[in-house]
Formats: sequence, structure tokens, C-alpha cells
Amino acid sequence: MTSCRVSTTINGDAVEFLCAPEETLLDVLRDRLGLTGSKEGCGSGDCGACSVTLDGRLVCACLVLGAEAEGRRIETIEGMADGKGLHPLQSKFLEHAALQCGICTPGILVAAKALLERNPAPSETEVRYWLAGNLCRCTGYDKIVRAVLDAAAEMAAGTREG
Amino acid sequence: MAPVSKRPDPERRFKQVGTRPLRPDGVDKVTGRAKFGADFVLPGMLIAKVLRSPHPHARIRAIDTSTAEVLQGVKAVVTRDDFPDPMSDETMTGEGDESLRDIVRNVMAREKALYEGHAVAAVAATSAAVARRALAAIEVDYEVLPHVTDVDEAMRPEAPVLHDDMFTAGVEPKPERPSNIAKRYDITLGDVAEGFAKAEVVVEREFKTEAVHQGYIEPQACLASYGEDGQAELWCCTQGHYFVRNACAKILGMDISRLRVTASEIGGGFGGKTTVFIEPVALALSRKAGRAVKLVMGRDEVFRATGPTSSTSMRVKLGATADGRITAGQAELKYQGGAFAGSPVQWGAMSAFACYDLEHVEVVGYDVVANRPKAAAYRAPGSPMAAYAVESVVDELAAKLGMDPIELRLKNATREGTQAAYGPKFGPNGLVATLKAAREHAHYGAPLGPGQGRGVASGFWFNFGGETCVSLNANQDGTVVLSMGTPDIGGSRAAQCLIAAEELGIPYDKVRAIVADSSSLGYNDMTGGSRVAFAVGLATIQAARGLVETLCARAAGIWGIPPEAVVWEDGHAKPAGANAGAFDPLSLEDIAKVAANTGGPIAGHAEINAEGAGVSFGTHLVDVEVDKETGRVSVLRYTVIQDAGKAIHPSYVEGQYQGGAVQGIGWALNEEYVYGDDGRLQNPGFLDYRVPVASDVPMIDTVIVEVPNPGHPYGVRGVGETPIVPPLAAVANAVAKATGVRMTTLPMSPPRVWQALQAAAGVGPGSGPEG
Amino acid sequence: MRYEAPSTLEDAVKAAAAEPGVVRFLAGGTDLLVQLRSGMVEPDLVVDLKRIPETRRIAVEDGGFRIGAAVCGAEIGEHPALGTAWPGVVEATQLIGSTQIQGRASLGGNLCNASPAADSVPALIAAAAVAAIAGPNGRREVPVEALATGPGTTSLARDEILVSIFLPRRPTHAGDAYLRFIPRSEMDIAVVGAGVSLTLDGGICSAARIALGAVAERAILVPAAAEAIVGTAVDEAALSAAAAAASAACRPIDDKRGTKAYRTKVAGVLTRRATEIALRRARAGS
Repeated sequence: MTSCRVSTTINGDAVEFLCAPEETLLDVLRDRLGLTGSKEGCGSGDCGACSVTLDGRLVCACLVLGAEAEGRRIETIEGMADGKGLHPLQSKFLEHAALQCGICTPGILVAAKALLERNPAPSETEVRYWLAGNLCRCTGYDKIVRAVLDAAAEMAAGTREG
Repeated sequence: MAPVSKRPDPERRFKQVGTRPLRPDGVDKVTGRAKFGADFVLPGMLIAKVLRSPHPHARIRAIDTSTAEVLQGVKAVVTRDDFPDPMSDETMTGEGDESLRDIVRNVMAREKALYEGHAVAAVAATSAAVARRALAAIEVDYEVLPHVTDVDEAMRPEAPVLHDDMFTAGVEPKPERPSNIAKRYDITLGDVAEGFAKAEVVVEREFKTEAVHQGYIEPQACLASYGEDGQAELWCCTQGHYFVRNACAKILGMDISRLRVTASEIGGGFGGKTTVFIEPVALALSRKAGRAVKLVMGRDEVFRATGPTSSTSMRVKLGATADGRITAGQAELKYQGGAFAGSPVQWGAMSAFACYDLEHVEVVGYDVVANRPKAAAYRAPGSPMAAYAVESVVDELAAKLGMDPIELRLKNATREGTQAAYGPKFGPNGLVATLKAAREHAHYGAPLGPGQGRGVASGFWFNFGGETCVSLNANQDGTVVLSMGTPDIGGSRAAQCLIAAEELGIPYDKVRAIVADSSSLGYNDMTGGSRVAFAVGLATIQAARGLVETLCARAAGIWGIPPEAVVWEDGHAKPAGANAGAFDPLSLEDIAKVAANTGGPIAGHAEINAEGAGVSFGTHLVDVEVDKETGRVSVLRYTVIQDAGKAIHPSYVEGQYQGGAVQGIGWALNEEYVYGDDGRLQNPGFLDYRVPVASDVPMIDTVIVEVPNPGHPYGVRGVGETPIVPPLAAVANAVAKATGVRMTTLPMSPPRVWQALQAAAGVGPGSGPEG
Repeated sequence: MRYEAPSTLEDAVKAAAAEPGVVRFLAGGTDLLVQLRSGMVEPDLVVDLKRIPETRRIAVEDGGFRIGAAVCGAEIGEHPALGTAWPGVVEATQLIGSTQIQGRASLGGNLCNASPAADSVPALIAAAAVAAIAGPNGRREVPVEALATGPGTTSLARDEILVSIFLPRRPTHAGDAYLRFIPRSEMDIAVVGAGVSLTLDGGICSAARIALGAVAERAILVPAAAEAIVGTAVDEAALSAAAAAASAACRPIDDKRGTKAYRTKVAGVLTRRATEIALRRARAGS
């Protein structure tokens, strides 16, 4: 078995790693790089708990090979708060109690951030369909959707003033 | 100190309880810092994998691990030979009593593999790839036996029998031949023959529901580290790390004190993580290998080999007079609990008619085994299925009587003093309040369009107290840390901090809570049974009041007055009156700062077995639209109205209502275990095990009713389980209104609804109103 | 297993030809990685196509569109002209999985994985899409309906690569649509899929193609359903006849997603509904 040697960018930092060809990006993030914020809920792309962005595209890390990260730009939940404070989505999730056990939360936050970057003023329906790939078993989605809509409103207001 | 006075004070105005501050563990969870079961690592740790039976029923003649053991990188292999058979009838109390012999057999098959997925061996190796190769090298000699997965089939005399020593209990005389019926329960009140004789209208229906899974997003995961001195540490996601500790210690023959279990954050449980599956295996491997072992389940293993709930076959009969007084209720409930005894049929039987004030009740329940994974608790275990059947029949009764479904329920509702069929008399409770609130709610009067229908259903859960220990320590800067022993599955740290802050009169932000490991506190029953807000709250209140007593005594010492002359108000010690002396109030910080000089560190603690849990009733409203050409049911609007007694943190109470309702919607519409004729599970993944996604459901409106529980100083009632009880029937009742067809099989997936519509229209085989 | 990511088609073809064992081509990986994990396939070589520019482009060609086989669903959805000309194909593609799956899943993968229930396929067949294939013997073209030969099998040789899919130029009054039936609102494999493309000439349907997914061992073109509406104003009678022809063409299986009777019935329902949408679009189009 020959390892793949990969050079990539994760949350803005240059990162190098070795991985087996069959290792997924999720395996690499969690087991080789210690970035355990992305979770494995199913390993088959059905639950969204491993959501990350790859060159700005929302994907399931369990369906990307680690080797594919070569030369690409990856963003995970660990990069969402910018070191100066929480992202508005993160704050709104706390305010709205949009998490109970919290296992789906990293994936949902990454997915919601990707949504608002593309569509800063989504409707409730648009939020629900965008997040259909992120399973939550605790909240029934109500407070999650409210938090995303509220964050969108706050970010839009901030942009207007900014 | 003396136990806390239980009765709630109706005059009390809370300053913090009832508000919505941010949860103290929230930032860790939204940043990905929080550590869940699979997030731990130890140096040199091995990766474990489990070999599972491909057969639903087979005698295990031999297991040959010799090739696997010598593979490069394999450090330990375990089988049934590594788990001594407990020779006693001992039970372990988790969410209910489990036989230790059954737990050991479920963790690792002994004489037989009893379901597809049953663990047969396990391997710890230097990598997952090596572990998988090792599994492939293990040879198991199976004698395949005929299997049975359906509950009705399993009860037939000619069914393949799982256990040669299972003779139905609760039956006189004891049966001569073994069967798959572990136990027969019955609950009787009055005489149903007499009750039905008085009835002018009778409705009797049969129902079948398929098994569903709790569907927690986090698969079971643990990391075990067993040392050469017989001491071990275990990190795992669980609802009850004390249970895990005790069970693992028993199974591995360890002193309890030598095993320290740390509960990670838990990614959902809903009752499914109240027992052990992989933890004893990881410890046994670690002991054998002399190294730490990490064992994480894959999603397919979770579906095949953890604890779904029961599939059921039920019959319910209700009779009423023409003016709507229900005269008798009768039910027969058959629940299969997987390969071992212990389905929740007893709770189903007890809760079936709990919403109704009936003079004559008879419920017979059968606990049946079948070649399926051993059932574990799932949120109000046993109650949703029974409620589906009873609330559907009540709905049909209302239609036959020409009565509004809420009016019929109000006419017969359980009130304070109602005699429950299962024994006690109900204390004050919120059922009537929720029914009235439902009737007055804007949802109930909103107009409906074509193809749409509205359903109502009520539900009930007992709620529990249980063994609980907390410790509350005051820091020198006036902050306080609460150590609790119940994992935080959805906001309980926040609630307990609110309670402690309220009692101590200090700001919420000065109180932090941790979930302590199993060595740090006395025994704690699990997070389950809707007990944490109630029982841990009670313990926190007691601990806080103990802390306050000590603070007052220290202040008294500082002032040189008797302790009885000091009161605690708004976070300060004050002289009780002008006579006590003119001293400036001392804050918690003032007193804690000098604790070393006044006797040492200051703490309060409590070790209780909480009693006085209050029942929680709920009533749900749902609007659906049915596409008659495809049978697809869409949920348009949903309202949960439930009694919380006293909502400590309303956002998290609402969260329980919403989450339980959506699980119930999934159970009603699309979730089911699909078995082939080969006894194998066909849908062990989230692709074909269809939990609701965000676009499947609308906003879930909630109304928190508060009828104080007299058994708690704040009036708190557990709320976590009741929300999953009404939705099955509420949705079925809505579908009946939308289509005129009564669905008596769950889930109401589109092909089933479509077929029922066809049959009702007289098209195709089996025409008739049965669904 | 080895992983290679060549930057030219020639290198990709050579690598596949040189590998004696099992080769798999990787586009979005949303099928391949699931199969890898479940042990369904154990490739000796995975050839990642995504560094080959031709597989990643959407280009206008002869008034039609050439879509690279590894272009992801999200990119297809974002292409404005494609959505205007072929809304049915774009809708169908965008129905595959979740947003995360859309960030990866490709038409190439959807066609070559050859699931009978693949969402993009009935719409592509209805659109008369043509696949461009590259292999050791050069290039060839294949109508997409000839790709899948059964569940999981295609007519491609082991060292051939699907490079791009061509959607022809659209006449003025033409419209297409795709509908699928799933039990939830998202995330499910289609129980039935119906793709319809039709052209109007003076209000009368002059050409039509109707294809069904998940009702046979592969997606099928249903000429009888198209014949039922060609030459008509696509009125109620024509729609009923098309629906009946669609149902009659079904040869589905009973499985955990649907029974034979149910799929057959719903195929007719969806054919009718998709035809109505395509008709609306054809009337509005210019």
C-alpha cells in the first residue's frame, strides 16, 4: 500500500498529511489531523454530520477521498469562529436553543453558512430544502430554521450598515 | 440536612427559573470543541471491530480464531469464551430491569446467534484495515436454524423457539413446552363485560406497527483502557455512565471501584443508549491486549445490533353510551422485544388507557421474543404504540357518536383523583388543561383545504425519579460549580445552573455545571425516564439549601451570633432581624473568600432516591394533506400542548416537545424496520430508514401548560417522553379525516395509504375500510 | 488500492488500460465511495477524472450544450442558460441527493453507476442526450439510453471513459420536465421517475420523448407514451393515453421502496403530471 502525500489548505492554514488511498477526507480530518468537529453519523453521505466545504462547495467529507484534497481549500467547523468571536450563525444557534445534543450542529452550521453565502435572504422553505441533507433527531428542526433565518437577517443588517 | 420540602409554593416568584439564558456548554458545541464518544484518543490505542452473525438464528457450534490471532497487527481477539456466564438471576436496573444473563448474551453470543448482526467475536488491531482482515479470517461454524421475525408468527405454537428455557410467566398453569412468549401481563379494573353491556356504541379495531429505531445521529462509540493492575478507564457516549460502570464491572469480574467511566457528550440517545453493547467488549479486548482499545459502531451496525423498539400487534375495544360516556376499555397488546425478554409491553399496558377515567378496564399484554436485535427503550417505551391504537379508536368512536374528538376526550378525561387502571390515583395533572388549550388554540379552528384533514390525540408518560447525587462547591471568588452525574442530552446543564442560581440568589453566569465521571459522585440513575429536570433538580435544590445552611453558619461565626439568627436573601447572608445585630450583608464571595479561616471549603451535596415525579399529559393537533393519487401524506401544521409542571428553561422544554413530535411523525409516516424472508434487515442505513428531514415538517408550535407537580418544590414535571406518544394517532386521525380511510398499520407510507384508498374505493384485492 | 489523478484524457485511458485488475473512474464519488465503504467493490485503481478540464466544463456547442461528465449538480444548477433551455434536465440533476451530494454528484457518475432509479437519466433520455466516450481506440458517441444495460452495468468497455454529455439545440416551442416520486420530500431514491420532452408546432405536439426510471432494470424510453401525445393538442384524452402507455411499459420489481402495482400506477400519474409541466413550458418558451 502506497500512501498518498497531500498538500492542502484547511481553514486557511497550509497542511500536509499522508493517507492511504482509500481513506476519506473525514477519516483524515478526524484521525490524522485531530479535527474531530466533523462527525461521522453514517459514513455514506446520508446524514450531513460530516459537512465541510471543498473549494467553497458544500460536501460530505465522508464522500471525498483524502487524496482529493491536494491543492484544494477545505473549511471545517473549526474554522467558523474567526478567533475574534463566534460567527453570527453560531451565536444565533445558542440564542435560539437550536441544538440539544449537538452532534449534528457542526454539520448544520457549515451547511447554513454555505447557504447564506449563496443566498443571503432565504425563505423558510429554501432553508429547509438546503438543509435536507443534515439530519437532526433532537430538535425537530424548528429552532434550527428560526436561528438560520434570524442569522440571515442580522448578517444582512450588518452588511447594510457595514 | 433535612430533605427539601416538596410542595411547591404558589406564591413564589422566580427570578431566574423560567428564563432563557444561553446553555453553559453551548459554545463548545457550536465550535466543534465538544468531545463526543468517538472523539477520544490515547497513545498506542488499537482499533476494534466486531464480527456479527449473518444469520438471524443459528446454533454456534464452534468459533476458530486461530488464523486471526496471528495476523500481523492483531493484538487481541475475544469471543464468548472471554465472557463468563453469570449463573444467577441477577438483574441490572437501567431504564427498567435487564437480566444480566441476557445482557452478557446480547453483548457476545453464546450458544446461539439470535439475530442477524448478533456479535460473535471481536478483534483489536493496530488499524481498522487489519481489524477487518482479522474478522474475515475468523471461522464460525453455524448450524442455521429456522427463524421468525414477526410478532404474531412468533407466538404461534409451531414457531421456531429461541430459548429452550422460556416458559411463559404470568400464566397458570405453567406451560409444559417452551415458547417465544416470555410473559403475560394483565391489568384489570372493574369488569369489562359489565362495562360493554352498558355500551350503546362499540368500536373494536386491530393494529400492527413495525419496529423503529431511536435514530440518534451518533453511533455508539467508546475507548477503553485496562491496566495491568486491574484498574480501567472507559470513555463512552451513554445516557448512564454509572449503569455502564456497574454492568461492565459485573461482566468483567471487576470491583466497581476499579472502573472509572467518563461520559462523553452524547449525540442523542432517546433511551437507546441506556444499556451496554460494545463497552464490555472494548474493555475485554483492552485487558487482553494490554493497550487502549477504541470501538466505534458503523451506522449499519447501529441499526442491526443496538436496541430498536418493538414491533406490535394490538387489538383495542371501546364502548360508550350514546351521550359519549366511555363505559369500558379493553386491549390486547403483543410486543416483540427482539431476541430476549423485555419488550416494553408492560408499560404499554399500564399507559394504554391512562388518559381516561374508566370504571372497567382490561389490558392483556404479551412480551414476545423474535429473531431481531434486543429492544431497548425508546422515549416513553411501549406507550406510543398503545396510544396509537387507543387514540385511533377514540377518534373513531367520536365520529360514530357525532361528537367533536376533543369534547369526547374532555367528557372522559383523567382528572385529579381518577383511579388509574395500573394502580394509583392520579394527583393534579394537566390533561384537561391541554385538551382545553387545544380546543381554544387558533390551530383547531383554522380552515382546511381539499384533501386536508385535522387530527387530535392525547398521550401520557409516568416520568421517574431515581437515584441521584450532586455536589455543589463554592469557589473563593464567589462562583459555584455543580457536579452532576447525568449526561447532558439536551440542555440539562442550563436547567440545573438556573436552579442553583435561583436557590443561591446569585447570577446564572456565576454557576457552571459539569458532568462528573463515575468515580466522583455516588450512584446516579441514567438520563432517561424524563427524570433529570425533576430528580437532579430536586438534588440540586437540596444541595443548594445545604450550601446555604453552611454559608449562614459561617456568617454567624464571623458575626458571633447564633446560626438561627442568619437568613439568606438575594445571594447574601443577613441578620434575621434588628435584634440579631446590625451587620452588613455578606455575599457568597465574601464568605467563600475567608472559608479557610472559618472551617474550610464550603459545599453542599445531596444523595437521594427521588420520589414524587409528576406525570405529564399532552395533546397534539396536526393538519395533513394527502395526495390521493400517490398516497403521500404531507404534514402542514403541528401543535404540541403539554403539561410541564414548571418549565425551568422554556426553550429546552419546547425543544423536547418539538423533537418528540417529529420523531412521532417519522414513526407514523415512513420509519420502519424492513425484514426480508431471509430474516435479514434490508434497510440498515439512513437512506432507506427514513427519518424526517428538515423539508418534511413545518414549524412545530408549542404551548407549555403548567399544572404544578405537588411532589417538587417548583412543581417540575419531566417532559422528555410524552411528546412522542400522541403523534402516531394524531397523524392517523388526520389521515382518516382527510381520506375517510382509517389506517391501522404503521407506518403510513405512501404505498400503504394508496393501497388503503384503493381498497376503500372498491378497487383491487382486499377492498374494505381496513388499511 | 491506488489513486491517480491524471490531467489529460489520454493519461486516464492509458492508466486504465495498463491496470489488469479492477478499475473505477472517480467523478463526484457519491456512489463509488459508498460502494468502497460497504465492500461492494474493491478497486485496484481509482482514476480521478476531475483534473481533466474537458470533464469539468459546460460549453455551448452548435446551439446545444456539452456538459463535462464530472461537472457537479450544483454547477449545472447554477448555469443560467442551461436551466432556461433544459429545465427538466437541470431539475432532475438537482434532485439527486442533498445539497452536499449536489456539491459532488455528476451526470457521468449518475449514468455510469447505472442505478435503474438514477434521477438524471430519464430526463437525459427524454432530451435525446448523447454521450461522448473516449477509449484506447479513440472516440465514439452513444445515445444515453444505450449506456445502461442493467442494474449497475453499462455498455462501456472497462477502459472507456464517459467524457461529456451533449444536449441538442432546443426548438422554440419546446419544453421538458422531470418528476419523481419519493416518500419524503428529499433524500430518497426515486420510487418512480418520469422525464418528458416535447415540441409544439402551432399548438400541436410535433415530437415527444418520454422516459421512465425505477420501473425496469434500467431507465427506459417509452415510445408508446410519446406516440399517445404526438399529433395531439396534449388534451385530457392524450394525457390519459400517455399515462396508460407509461404504466403498461413498466416492468418493475417489488422492493422496500415500492411494490410493482404501486410503481406501475404512479408511473402513469407522474407521466401525466410531467407532461403537463413540459407542455406549459413549451407554450411559454421562445
